Formats: sequence, C-alpha cells, structure tokens
Amino acid sequence: MNPLDYLLEPLAYDFMQRALVVTVVASAVCALLSCWLILIGWSLMGDAVSHAVLPGVVLAYIAGVPFAIGALIFGVGAVFLIGAVRDTTKLKEDAAIGVVFTTLLAFGVVLISVTPSQTDLSHILFGNLLGLSIADVGQIVVLAALAGAVLILKRRDLTLFAFDPTHAHAMGLSPRRLSALLLGVLALTVVVALQAVGVVLVVAMLITPGATAFLLSRRMSHMLVLAPVLSVAAALVGIYVSYWANTSSGGMVVLCQGILFTLVYLFAPRRGLLATRIALQRRKHALMQESSPGF
Amino acid sequence: MSAIDVAGITVRYGDLVALDKASISVADSRVTGLVGVNGSGKSTLFKSILGLLTPESGTVLVRGMTPAAARRAGVLAYMPQNEGVDWDFPVSVGDVVMMGRYGSQGFTRRVRAIDRTAVAEALARVELDTASSRQIGELSGGQRKRVFIARAIAQGATTLLLDEPFAGVDRRSEATITALLRSLSAGGASILVSTHNLDSLTALCDEVFLWNRRTIAHGTPDAVLTTHNLARAFGDTRGDARGDTHGTTSDEATR
Repeated sequence: MNPLDYLLEPLAYDFMQRALVVTVVASAVCALLSCWLILIGWSLMGDAVSHAVLPGVVLAYIAGVPFAIGALIFGVGAVFLIGAVRDTTKLKEDAAIGVVFTTLLAFGVVLISVTPSQTDLSHILFGNLLGLSIADVGQIVVLAALAGAVLILKRRDLTLFAFDPTHAHAMGLSPRRLSALLLGVLALTVVVALQAVGVVLVVAMLITPGATAFLLSRRMSHMLVLAPVLSVAAALVGIYVSYWANTSSGGMVVLCQGILFTLVYLFAPRRGLLATRIALQRRKHALMQESSPGF
Repeated sequence: MSAIDVAGITVRYGDLVALDKASISVADSRVTGLVGVNGSGKSTLFKSILGLLTPESGTVLVRGMTPAAARRAGVLAYMPQNEGVDWDFPVSVGDVVMMGRYGSQGFTRRVRAIDRTAVAEALARVELDTASSRQIGELSGGQRKRVFIARAIAQGATTLLLDEPFAGVDRRSEATITALLRSLSAGGASILVSTHNLDSLTALCDEVFLWNRRTIAHGTPDAVLTTHNLARAFGDTRGDARGDTHGTTSDEATR
C-alpha cells in the first residue's frame, strides 16, 4: 500500500471527515484556553466544570434543546456552588470542588441510567467522534469559533488577570468580570470538546496542551501559538492511529497528547528533565575541576 | 489637595479589628512611609485605598475621587510584594511594563506607537532598557522591583502604593530604587511605601506614619523613629496582631 493511502483512505468516509474537523477545532480551542487555566492554577476548576456539565447535557437531551444550553447552565451553576461552599465553610477550595463536581457527575450518571436510549447518552461520557451528525459538527464549529474569538480578542486582559489581578483592579479593570468571562468560555469549550472525547477525558484537552507549551516557552504569546499547533498535531495523529489500530478514538487522542507531553517533559531544550540534568552535571563537573588539587 | 485622604475607617475580619477608626493623609509630591509590624493593618489599608475592600465606616478619597473613580482615571498604581508575584509566569519585562498601558488602550488592548514609546521611556528611566525581552524570573531582586516601578511610570500613575519595596533587595539596588522614587516624587508623584524595615527610611521618606491599626505617630522620619515611639509600635506587637485585648502595653493608642 502507498504510504499516502494511510492518510487518504480514512478521508473517503464522511464520518472520518467529520471526526477530523471536530478534533482539530476542539483541540485548538481547548489548547488556547488551557494556557490560562494552567497559569492561574485553575486546572482543577477545568476538571470540575467539565464533569459537572453532564446532568445539564442529559437534561438538554431529554428536553430536546441544544446540549450547549444545558451544559452552560450547569457549568456556571457548578462554579457558583463551588464558590458558595468555599466561602461559607472553612473547607479548602479543592474539597469544595471535589464535593460539587462528583455529586453533579453522579447526578448525570443516574439521569443517564433512567433515560431511555442509553447507548446514545453514554457517548457523552466517552465521546463519540465517529458518530457525529452534520448538525453536531455545525454546532461545535460555531461554539468553538465563538470561544476562540473571545479568547483571542481579550487575550491581553486575560493574561493580565492571570498574572496580576490586583494591578488589573487598580487600573479600573474588573478581575471579577474577567474571571466570569473565562469561566463562561470554559463552559462553552467543554461543550465543544465533550462531543469529541467525552466528559471523562475533556479535562485532558484543557490542561495537557498548555502544560506542554509552558515547558517549551517563556513567552505567553508563543505559548498561545504552540499549544494549539501541538495539540492539533497530537490529535490528528491520535485519530489516524485509532482508525488503523481500531481503538477508541477519544482515548487515543488524549493518549497522544499525554505522550507528546512526556516527550517534551523529557527532551525540552531548557526546562526538560534531560536538559536540566545535563546542566546540573556540567556545573558539578566544573566545580570538581576547580576544587581538584593541582588545579 | 492631598493625594490620599483616609478618614476614620474601620475594617474587621470577623472578630479581628484590622483597622480601628484609622486616618491617614498622604501629601502631594512626597514619599510617605507606612511603618508597622506584620499584622498591623498595612495591607488592609492598601486594600481599602485600592477599593479591594469597603470599610464598614469612614471615607477614602484618592485625589478627591472615590477609589473606583480613581482607578478608572488611571491615577493609582500598586507594586505587589515578592510573594504576590508568580516569577515563572511566561511574560517578559517589556510585557509587564506594557500592562501599565492597558487602561488607556482600546477593547483588545492593541499596542499603538505611543504605547511602545511610553514603555521604552519607562524602561530607560529605571535602567532596564536592555532587559526588555527577558523573562521576569531571570532578573535580580532589585531589578524585579524596578520592573513594577516602570509599569507605574508607563501607566502615568500619580499615586503609587508600594508594598515592601526593599524585601529581597541588596544594598546597592536599594540605593538605586531610593534615588528613583525620590526623582519620581520630585516630578510630582505621591508615593506611599509600606515597610517593616526601618533602615533606609530616612533616605527615602519625607514623612513617616508609624502604624498599628491606626496612626501611632506621624512626622519626619527622625522625629517619628524615636525609641519611645518604636516601643509603642513594635513593643507588644504579637498580641495586637492577633487582636489580643490583654496586651501588656500601656498605651491607649494601640487599643
């Protein structure tokens, strides 16, 4: 078989074309958002929101309205609940997050179990890249474009908010409004990504690309390019491997993101494990030379 | 008109009284020191001036405006403590100084030529023009402080709040920063410096407020920093910091 056929053959199928479009779009917008999430320290918040939307999605399915509406309501609701539990008790934030999102996730799982046509809804948990309709794809692309546009237009404010919220406040910007904006985009992005990889794995798309880019760059402006590019590349590799190896597509996409992170973690030029070890050895060596007798 | 006018504000955190009918007036074109131990309410005073919290009583005016109006007018700048900054954050020195310009820029904060000039001038003023593209964590303690001063300059702020500007700074940088702040105030800026470090106050400040939940003493550094006053401010501090009403100091001002 011609090597090019490995790339072209899957494209003959409509379902693969749709899967590729959605994967590229979802991984790009998730990767953009992940840059801020990891810098603010909101990785766990991303985890929480992505799981907490499940009951909203199921209820939207039952009511026959777009998934995005249910997800948005429950995503924002989860954030409020977490804030309320944290502020009105002496619990630490991670405990508040843990209690709220697992309860909502469980509520969603229970709802799925009592709703007819279970096969369809279990896709929300693990994604259904290969079973997307044209309407699904349209909805995903529109929402992703909206989320991406907001992130790109407000990128400077969001970075200032992540870096120094007090200064943002002192200059007349509203950190509260910026954090609400970011959380809104987070809920939107979760809707986009959960149809690709499912509720369980969305959080990987929301953390790993930003973490990978952070290890490679010391400038936010570079991270915001690197993260989507690397994330899309890893996702495409994941889709193709899943096609030829006949594995779960969402699972393989996330696995490829993780493998890419591992490679960067080990071999990144400055912050990689290997580079820092070598630099350490060199320093030690230089020190030994200096202190050796007869030198 | 004074730059900052705080009149009789009280702030409580639960049972703890952080500021007790506190008043302070920061004069125009001067460097004013705010001296007190940790827990004496210095940070709470800063937060009240910035409008990060609203006192339960009393008023705060910045250049005659409410804190919210002052923020919108862009007259306020704040320099955080070392611990308040993520030094691994992927921003360069130039990026941070550019953040001072956001208040006057459009919706997407598009960088204009005037912004570039302002940032370059601010960096030159603090002698960091060659460090513009370096990541902030690569700088020394004193250089890090100067980045935030440059940000205030680029912003065009006239009222600066500096939180512990000499923490983690070596002697030489301290002298550089002192000279820089003196020249800024000579140019019209009002600077309020919070510190628990008594060295260098005489060189830096025109006047000093000795602070423990309210003003204990006020005047020129030499007049205020007497053994007697310091004992009043620093003597039974631990009890006061905890809001302990059974402290051993006999002074009513700390009550």
